Amino acid sequence: MKTKFTTDTKLESEIAYFENINLKLESGDIIDSFKLAFKTYGKLNADKTNAILVCHALTGDQYVAGNNPITGREGWWSRMVGPNKPIDTNKFFVICSNVLGGCAGSTGPKELLNGGNFPSITIKDMVKAQSLLIESLNIEKLFSVIGGSMGAMQALQWTIDFPDKILNIIHIAGALKHSAQNIAFHEVGRQAIMSDPIWKNGKYFENNEVPERGLSVARMIAHITYLSENAMHRKFGRKLQSRDIISFGFDADFQVESYLRYQGKSFVERFDANSYLYLTRAMDYFDHDETFRKNIEFSHNPNNHLKYLIVSFTSDWLFPTIESKIIVNQLNSLSREVSFLEIDTDKGHDSFLLEEPQLDDVIKGFLTNNFAKIDE
Amino acid sequence: MNKINSIRKDWSLIETLIEQDRKILDIGCGDGGLMEQLENNRNAITHGIELNRDLAANAIARGFNVVHGNAELDLSQYSNNSFDYVILSQTLQAMMKPKDILSELLRIGSKAIVSFPNFGHWKIRLQLLISGKMPVTESLPYTWYDTPNIHFFTIKDFLNLCNEMNIVIEKSIGLTSKGKQFDISESVTGVNFFTHEAIFLLSYKNFEPIKIKSSKKVFAKNSVIAN
Repeated sequence: MKTKFTTDTKLESEIAYFENINLKLESGDIIDSFKLAFKTYGKLNADKTNAILVCHALTGDQYVAGNNPITGREGWWSRMVGPNKPIDTNKFFVICSNVLGGCAGSTGPKELLNGGNFPSITIKDMVKAQSLLIESLNIEKLFSVIGGSMGAMQALQWTIDFPDKILNIIHIAGALKHSAQNIAFHEVGRQAIMSDPIWKNGKYFENNEVPERGLSVARMIAHITYLSENAMHRKFGRKLQSRDIISFGFDADFQVESYLRYQGKSFVERFDANSYLYLTRAMDYFDHDETFRKNIEFSHNPNNHLKYLIVSFTSDWLFPTIESKIIVNQLNSLSREVSFLEIDTDKGHDSFLLEEPQLDDVIKGFLTNNFAKIDE
Repeated sequence: MNKINSIRKDWSLIETLIEQDRKILDIGCGDGGLMEQLENNRNAITHGIELNRDLAANAIARGFNVVHGNAELDLSQYSNNSFDYVILSQTLQAMMKPKDILSELLRIGSKAIVSFPNFGHWKIRLQLLISGKMPVTESLPYTWYDTPNIHFFTIKDFLNLCNEMNIVIEKSIGLTSKGKQFDISESVTGVNFFTHEAIFLLSYKNFEPIKIKSSKKVFAKNSVIAN
C-alpha cells in the first residue's frame, strides 16, 4: 500500500490519500480511492510505543486541540489533549482523523464519488479506514484508542477488528448498540433534513444551497438529548431572553429557545447535511449486543492483553450507565482487565466534553500508569 | 521492585496466604492498597470492585483494574473459578446477604480469604454487658444508627455457617487487639473471647464429580465437539 500525504493549508490538516485501494465496505460497496484528513499532536517516540488515536463523536472532527480553522474556535477536546493535559502531548503522540463519511476534509457524501450516490458507511468502515491510516504512518501498535459517544463505538470496534494493533481503550459514554430511543431521535433529525425543500434528495450543493432549516432543527433535537433536565434547569430555568414579559407569540421568549436556535444556526455553518444523514445512520447500525462477547472470546486475533477503561455519567440518558455496565459485565465474565467508573454529574451525555475533574483524573492516571508498565 | 510494607496488619497476613503469580479479585478494594501490595510482593494479577465512587476513581487513576460497583449485585457476572483467590477484607459484616456473598466468593474463586472484626471479643461483650448499649470500638467505630455494619457475628457464628455451607477452613489467623497473631484452629479455649480480628482462608470440600450414566448415550452426537 502506498499512501500519499499532503498538507491542506486552508484546512490546517494533513491529508492521507489512499488510491486504488478498493476499500470494501460492510454494505458490500467498494470505494476505490479515498482520503482522510487528520491532525497529530506531540511526537512519536523512537520505539513508536506512544501513539494514541482519539476518535471523534458524531459532529466532531480532527481538530481535537489547537485552532479549528472551520469554526475559528479551539479544538473540541482541547481541555483534555495538549501539553500537561490529561492526554499529555509531551508524552504521547496523538492522532485524530475526520471519519470516513465526515465533512472536514475526509471523503464523505459532500464529494459524491463519481457523481453517484455515496455508499452507506458503518462504524466498522470508519475503523477500517483509520487502521489504514495508522498503518501508513508506520505505527504497528497504538498504545490507546480513546473516544466518547460515536468515538466510543469506534474504540470498541477497534477491540473487535484490530485487537492485536492496540493495547487499551478508553470508552466514554458509549454502548454495545444504538438503542431504539437513540435511533428514534436520529430519525427525527434526518426527517427534518430530508423534508427541507432545499435538501433536494441530497443534491442541494448543485445550486450552492444548504438545507439550513432542516439541519438546524436536527441539531436542536440532538442537542436536547446531549443535556439533562437538571442541567437545562440549572442553566436556563424559565428565564426569558432579552425581555421582561412573555410575547404571547412564537419568538424565542425563553432563554432555552434562544440557546437551541443559536446551536442550530452555528451548526449549519460548520456541518454538511448529507454527512449528518450518513453518520447518524452509521451509529444506528452499530450493534454488538449479541456479538461482542463472542467476538472477543473467539477472536482469531489475540486480545487477552487488552485493557479497557469504561466511563459513564449518572445523568446521561442517551447512553445510560446500564449500557456501559453491560460491556463491563461481559468483560468481567471473560476475566478481562477492565476498569469502570460512573461519574456523578448533571451535565448529561455531553459531560465527556465538559469540565469533569474525575474524568481528567482517571484518564490521566490510566494512561500514565499503563504506559509506565510497558515502558519498564 | 521494592517490597511494600503493609499499612494494615490484616493485609500483611492476607499476603502470607497467597502464593506468587496468582489471579486475585479484591472485593471492596478501596483505592487499591492491597492490590498494589499483592502486585508488588506476590506478582499477582489483581482485579477489584469498589462501591465508593471516589475510592474507585483513585484506584483506576493509580492504574488498577477496578470496577465501580456493588458486590452484592455485580458478582454474579464473574465466571466460575475465574480467580485463584477472592478477597473480602473487613466487609462481610456490611453485606445485605453475607451467606450469598460467601458462596459467590467460592464460586468465582478457587479459594476465598475473608477477614472480619470479631463481635465476640471480650471488650465488646463487656461494653454491652456493662453499659447496656451497642458497643463502639476501634474496629467497629460506628454508632448503631449510622453503621454500615449491618450483620454482626462472632467467630463461633462464622465457623457454624462455614460448617453448614460445607466450606473448609484451610487456615485461620486471629489477631488480638494488641496485634498479637495466633492460629485460631490450634487454640482451644478463649479464641472467640480474645480474637479481635479474624482472617480465614476458605475453600469448598473436595467432592467427587458426579458421573452421568446413560445407557441411551444421549450425549453421543456431541462427542466430536467434546473431544
